[in-house]
Amino acid sequence: MSGVVAPMTGVDPHRKSRDMIPSSDIREILKGIEALAPVIDALHEDDDLFERGLSSFDSVQLMLALEDRFDIEFPDHLLNRRSFSTIRLIRDTVASIKTARAA
Amino acid sequence: MNAPLATPIGSIAQRARRVAEVAGLHAEAVDRDGRFPEEAVEALRAERLLGLQIPRRFGGEAAPLIEVADVCTILGQACTAAAMVFAMHHIKLASLVTHGLDSPWHRALMERVAREQWLIASSTTEGGVGGDLRNSLCAVETTDGTFALSKDATVISYGAQADVILATARRNPDAPTSDQVLVALLKDQMSLERTSRWDTLGMRGTCSDGFRLEARGVPVEQILPKPFAEIAAQSMLAVSHLLWSSVWYGIASFAVDRARVFVQGEARRRPGQVPPGALRLAEVSTELQAMRGTVVAGLNRFAAAQADPDDLGSMGFSVVLNNVKTTSSAMAVEIVQHALGIVGLAGYKNGTPFSLGRALRDVLSAPLMINNDRILANTANLLLVQKGSGQLLSA
Repeated sequence: MSGVVAPMTGVDPHRKSRDMIPSSDIREILKGIEALAPVIDALHEDDDLFERGLSSFDSVQLMLALEDRFDIEFPDHLLNRRSFSTIRLIRDTVASIKTARAA
Repeated sequence: MNAPLATPIGSIAQRARRVAEVAGLHAEAVDRDGRFPEEAVEALRAERLLGLQIPRRFGGEAAPLIEVADVCTILGQACTAAAMVFAMHHIKLASLVTHGLDSPWHRALMERVAREQWLIASSTTEGGVGGDLRNSLCAVETTDGTFALSKDATVISYGAQADVILATARRNPDAPTSDQVLVALLKDQMSLERTSRWDTLGMRGTCSDGFRLEARGVPVEQILPKPFAEIAAQSMLAVSHLLWSSVWYGIASFAVDRARVFVQGEARRRPGQVPPGALRLAEVSTELQAMRGTVVAGLNRFAAAQADPDDLGSMGFSVVLNNVKTTSSAMAVEIVQHALGIVGLAGYKNGTPFSLGRALRDVLSAPLMINNDRILANTANLLLVQKGSGQLLSA
């Protein structure tokens, strides 16, 4: 697992580097959500976004923004609270779709 | 507290029917005087139906939601206020059973609810945020292992009669309005000062008065460990929609039963002729069947999702359950109105065997309890990202 270009922490070492989504891209999108904007810089990768003020309305807006930004479509089975509850899970969800598409 | 510990004789439905008999005797007085259906609730205690959902190891019967829903319908046919009190109690109990198993304090609470048949009420509505369940202004203020809570609770159904109130509040005074917790408060741990009276068109016996709720020195263990966002999403909203819908099905089926008896009476009076109301009765029976299909499909969907937290938290699940509520509440109103059209003035008049005034006034609350427009707006948002509509036999 050495030699992988991974400036981020906590990335699943089995995931291929080309599927990696920079956290900064996701943070940029989260900044657009009013409830999260004031706390975004203090958010850790594993903080529960719903606990930090993300509403279910916001979560749909977040999904739409992610679909647009990464040119993907979330299938129904990934449209649940858990998939979008932390920055890390969002990154994993987006990456899993990009991987599936590349395969 | 003097209730026998042994489970009463008969199936859950048989026990519910005995309660419905008692509830029916007092339904008119409960409605007229806008008073709590105490006889029905005492009967629920005697039949030990308040602990149904609690796991067996804590003294309950581990009944699945569909059996609780069946009780809601049976009671809804006799006294809608008693049915709604029973439904609301079990909505709160579902939150405890689903999210309180990791907490020793809440496990002990479940044991007491089962043993002593405690009645649980809910305090979510608050001055300033109204019926917006997912926002609170009041906050839990913690000092040295205890907390204080002061809430302008503009509605607490049967708050004055409840043994326990589960209240929403912000996690702490600095938390955003959506960062909520659910706290359990025992009757002797809080004061309730009545601020408004529940004097309404229907559902008068739920006694949903407004109160100033004050509690202090309450151990922090009584705060449910799960964030309320999760409790609302995974158990409370779904169970509310399903149990309320089951009560409304009870009202609708009561009205159709009255219409049927009326039409059959007409048929007997004029042998050889099909009474004019018979066609309308056939029509309303299709509506009732469609409503039942909607509610039962929702209950089955809920049961199937229990094993899979991702499914319970999924958008597809929320859309289905939202639709159960908006559809069944609208249909229930139509069905009662159509039944009234069949029965005519005998239904419009109070005190006849075909009176439908109370049923109509009660059922008109259905589209307003969590307003259908609010639910449709929520569904509209979810549909912006949902992908497929599923198959006949799968979501």
